[in-house]
Amino acid sequence: MTGQTIRPYGDTTGDGRVQVSFTLPVPSGTVAERARAEGAALQLAAKMGLEPAMVVHAKGIGPDFTFCIVYGRVSHLVDLSQVTVTEREFPMLPPAEINRRIRAALGRKMVVVGACIGTDAHTVGIDAILNVKGHAGEKGLEYHREMRVVNLGAQVDVAGLVARARAEGADAVLVSQVVTQRDAHLANTREMADAFRAAGPQRPLLVVGGPRFDPAAAAALGVDRIFGKGTGPAEVASYLVHALAPAPPAPALPAR
Amino acid sequence: MDPVSSVTGKLGLDPAVVRRARELASRAGRPIVELARTHTTVSVERAVLRLAGLDGADGDGMPWVNRLAEAVRDAVGLQHGVALPAWDALLTGGYPHLAALARDAAAGKVKFRIPDGADALAARAAAAGAVRHGIAIIDARRAERDALISETSDPPRPWIYLIVATGDIFEDIPQAQAAASQGADIIAVIRSTGQSLLDYVPEGATREGYAGTYATRENFRLMRAALDQTSRELGRYVRLTNYASGLCMPEIASLAGLERLDMMLNDCMYGIIFRDINPRRTFIDQRFSRQIHARAGIIINTGEDNYLTTADAVDAAHTVIVSQLLNEYFGREAGLSDGQLGLGHAFEINPEVPDSFLLELAHAQLVRELFPDAPLKYMPPTKHMTGNVFAGYLLDAFFNLCGMMTGQSILLVGMMTEGIHTPFLSDRDLALENVRYVRAAAGRLGDSFWPAPGGFIGRRAREVLGEAVGLLGRIGDEGLLTAIAAGTFGITRRPADGGRGLDGVIRQADGYFNPATEILEGTSQNAAAAADASTAQPTPGEPR
Repeated sequence: MTGQTIRPYGDTTGDGRVQVSFTLPVPSGTVAERARAEGAALQLAAKMGLEPAMVVHAKGIGPDFTFCIVYGRVSHLVDLSQVTVTEREFPMLPPAEINRRIRAALGRKMVVVGACIGTDAHTVGIDAILNVKGHAGEKGLEYHREMRVVNLGAQVDVAGLVARARAEGADAVLVSQVVTQRDAHLANTREMADAFRAAGPQRPLLVVGGPRFDPAAAAALGVDRIFGKGTGPAEVASYLVHALAPAPPAPALPAR
Repeated sequence: MDPVSSVTGKLGLDPAVVRRARELASRAGRPIVELARTHTTVSVERAVLRLAGLDGADGDGMPWVNRLAEAVRDAVGLQHGVALPAWDALLTGGYPHLAALARDAAAGKVKFRIPDGADALAARAAAAGAVRHGIAIIDARRAERDALISETSDPPRPWIYLIVATGDIFEDIPQAQAAASQGADIIAVIRSTGQSLLDYVPEGATREGYAGTYATRENFRLMRAALDQTSRELGRYVRLTNYASGLCMPEIASLAGLERLDMMLNDCMYGIIFRDINPRRTFIDQRFSRQIHARAGIIINTGEDNYLTTADAVDAAHTVIVSQLLNEYFGREAGLSDGQLGLGHAFEINPEVPDSFLLELAHAQLVRELFPDAPLKYMPPTKHMTGNVFAGYLLDAFFNLCGMMTGQSILLVGMMTEGIHTPFLSDRDLALENVRYVRAAAGRLGDSFWPAPGGFIGRRAREVLGEAVGLLGRIGDEGLLTAIAAGTFGITRRPADGGRGLDGVIRQADGYFNPATEILEGTSQNAAAAADASTAQPTPGEPR
């Protein structure tokens, strides 16, 4: 028990007290309706393992809904030895740290070229990653002073992408693929990887993203990294720094 | 009342400094207006076709206005405007309407030319008649709004502004109606991510979008009709907002006027900074879209709040003032009244900064006093909402309090779940409860709020105004396009020849004809003259 098995802490060790809030699709306009809504809330709480529980607040939202706040005691135990933490291979970095790392490691701006290749005209994904506006509150790569972003937009052919990446001195190429008819996204990605490989040994870091990609397939498709559904710009930026601007080893302490 | 004290208000602003700020804003803006007056864009020309009644799309969903404008551009260019060659072809080809002409033009079956002599006069007259009909519809919609407001009622300010965005217009409608019943005075339908970068306006009712719902004429119509019903039920006119921004700004403005939207997001620089749309394209499109908004009685909402989500809200406070003064100059020049200038700003100072609430009060009161007649739009905290929903709820209450104390006109309702997930039904209800409490408890606190003369709040406001005057001076010296290219706003560099949509910008030739602009400028002359009166420039409006 000591240290390995725990319960939530309300105001006493092991009391298991928690607070939850939720809305039920039942009215609470009349006294009877409200009593039924509170009863429904208690039933849900019990099924969630909250027993005893107390509905401390129930309020109608419009004619059809009731909002409830419930305090109760959970019967569940948490076994800390069973907690597993999956870690991405790189830490998430704030923009200031990303800029600092690029300055320190490259001594110049990191050049990122982005495009949708093939016939894909869906620039939503690449724009969400690259544009300052970003996505879901995360600023896009353009936000970073130490990144120079070249967004080529939609329907870029592979030869054009390779040429432009070379002309811009790209450190990384980001390609977005949304259209997946007849696995076009996989064929396009392989074609791009082959073209960069054929263009010479000094190829930029190749990163592909889209909702239908399997992040584990990077090696099979010949690219360095794949980002799947739900990836935000902060994760991509952090990865680019991890791959291209590694932190210097910690300075050795001088011998006494 | 002593006129001096009414000018200096609560902050002791020096009227000479305020006047200087406006002079500098018009100096910075005037070359941009000249650019807009001498150029057109593919979207301005498509808007002319929309006002003349051309709707619908081909089998691939590409609107007929795009197909017709492209065909004209390929044949004779758009430097004379689309109207002359299009109506010339319509008349000489004996087409019954524009849709028939567009179908044949898309199939390559129409020969376009720039007519002259009697043919040109006939084409001009026919085009003017068709566009006048479209503008008469906009006028009728405006009268309809006035009538519905008198039939129901105009809610007191601040108006409570709530957002819906499911991607499906048929889901949006019941959510919007429920939000209005819960107390929202304004419903904004957020657009699908990326619509601003489409160079056409999608058609019809739409049921899927990315993080928002496409702006289409049919979606506008459906939502406005639903809110009309709700307005009558509630006895309170519920306003509808959408976005006139991106590559199709003039067309969306026109559709908004035709379908009686009430407010439109329409910033002078948002698309440039945050969407990498070409600066020239943006400014040209913007002038036309604002002329439409002026005519339609639509309140524009500007986007200065966005600068504070990228830059620091204390360090960049003056860039908000600079942008507001530019938006005011461009808006007035396009014919908007002060009552249509919903200038934006935001409560985005890091709550860990000492005196952060005093700084917010100083900034908000400064904006109020600089623009006394503008329906200011005040945006809630987003950047410092951490996921601690309880602390976020408190921060939103302080935002509401600051809005009440400084007399803001439009309050966007802050959600404690901002940045975490799409608001739950209960999040929205709690947010409205927060607003209601602050309004009932402190709605009249502004009357008794007089910052100490020479105190922290007044000093900070005057400092920000001073910084704004300094920046406006530099922008005027180097040119606004150069300043934007140098990263002055939102810390993003946007060169004048970069970004999307520059290939859709066309310099007007001698004899350029735009029937919509002629009608709109005929009515906007007085306002345009007023905008430039301080600098005694000739009025920019065309003679009728």
